[in-house]
Amino acid sequence: MNVRLYVWQRLTAALMVPLVVVHVAVIFYATRKGMTAADILARTCGSIAWASFYGAFVVAVAIHAAIGVRNVLTEWSPLKDRGAGIFASAFGALLLLLGARAIVAVVLP
Amino acid sequence: MSDTRSELTVSLWRGAQQGRYETYKVPWRENQTVLDVVTFVQRHLDPTLAYRFACRVGMCGSCAMTVNGRPRWTCRTHVSSVVKDGRLEIGPLENLPIIKDLAADMQPFFDKWQRAKGAFVPSQTRNDEIERIRPDSAARIAADAAIECINCGICYAACDTVRWNSGYLGPAALNRAWTLVNDVRDGANAARLQAVAASGGCHACHSHQSCQELCPQRLNPTASIAGLKRRTMWVYLKGEI
Amino acid sequence: MTIRHLNHRRSVLWIAALVHRLSGLALAIFLPVHFLTLGLAIHGEAPLESFLRWSDQPLVKLAESGLVFLLLVHMLGGLRLLVIENLPWRDGQKELATIAAGLSAVIALILLARLF
Repeated sequence: MNVRLYVWQRLTAALMVPLVVVHVAVIFYATRKGMTAADILARTCGSIAWASFYGAFVVAVAIHAAIGVRNVLTEWSPLKDRGAGIFASAFGALLLLLGARAIVAVVLP
Repeated sequence: MSDTRSELTVSLWRGAQQGRYETYKVPWRENQTVLDVVTFVQRHLDPTLAYRFACRVGMCGSCAMTVNGRPRWTCRTHVSSVVKDGRLEIGPLENLPIIKDLAADMQPFFDKWQRAKGAFVPSQTRNDEIERIRPDSAARIAADAAIECINCGICYAACDTVRWNSGYLGPAALNRAWTLVNDVRDGANAARLQAVAASGGCHACHSHQSCQELCPQRLNPTASIAGLKRRTMWVYLKGEI
Repeated sequence: MTIRHLNHRRSVLWIAALVHRLSGLALAIFLPVHFLTLGLAIHGEAPLESFLRWSDQPLVKLAESGLVFLLLVHMLGGLRLLVIENLPWRDGQKELATIAAGLSAVIALILLARLF
């Protein structure tokens, strides 16, 4: 890992600390209430706030997880910098795509 | 009457990358160090055993070997503190090529030292005034906390990131780079920060702290490397590297 | 070469690093599944609702609280690293690592209790 990747990984990590806290709080809230899909979607539908919150989360986690996976691959697999970078970028792109789709699914009516 | 306490069963690595452990019986004495044991084998049992030592008083770091799974200075390791059921297993330092038996090849360790720019580069000449360095300045305190490294290689042998990442410069080289980054007399910091910010540099460290745990000089390369991370991030964000 | 593994790998901080890495990998594998599940709502509320009903079984609830544990332990362990890397050195890293794991376990267990 070099300084550029390090900075991106640590910055997204720091950004996600409050996001994770809120997310876990949401999980606690939703489980206490025993929310159904209808309850959840009623809250998220048309909500700029939720879209922004989870939009930021998805972008940050895609970058953070991709770099993390890259590191693990360079150390624990036969892949080195280039191969690990390609695999990790593909994985990050997948997370971005699926994450964006998930947000669209719950925010758009 | 013979009891297990009178004799040690000592397994020593014989060979190079390919080889095996061979077992020797060594008299167990009071206040014996692991270096005493290895020396006994070479002098009385098998003169073909290769091993390295110099000062034998814990100053030079030459006698570092893997003893019952941990890299240690053998001259400063009492048998009584590491022996298990009268047995010792001794091998060369890990993460380094083996020359023969208990002697590891330190060349890669010193190559990485150079690659981390772990050498002082003067910024003045003999014709200049001697530069005054305050020992209580923050930079000098940081440098002094890390300066006592004698290149024994124990941290390098202990580091799993070195084991997993062949390009990783390692705790000792980076620790030395940190002391020089804090040396106001040094003139090569631009190149040095570039070197430790590249792939395999300080950012590869995962802060396992095996280096800090095992350093016989009680140094903390993890902390030095954290300092390098801060410094390189700062100059990177400023666009200097 | 059969040198026995360095036994300092059983040290608290090495285990903490392993937990951090394995939890990260587990979360990375889980995320696409999580996103696909939420994406069920693209087809309306019914598919998502039927998934939520399916997830109402004990083993799934256990897995869910396990995932929350992984998320928390990864974040708290990562926070410990951010502190090491950005603030002056402090000793007591073993204690901090243990607290991170303990806190994560407690919160995950509380969630588990609520789920049942």
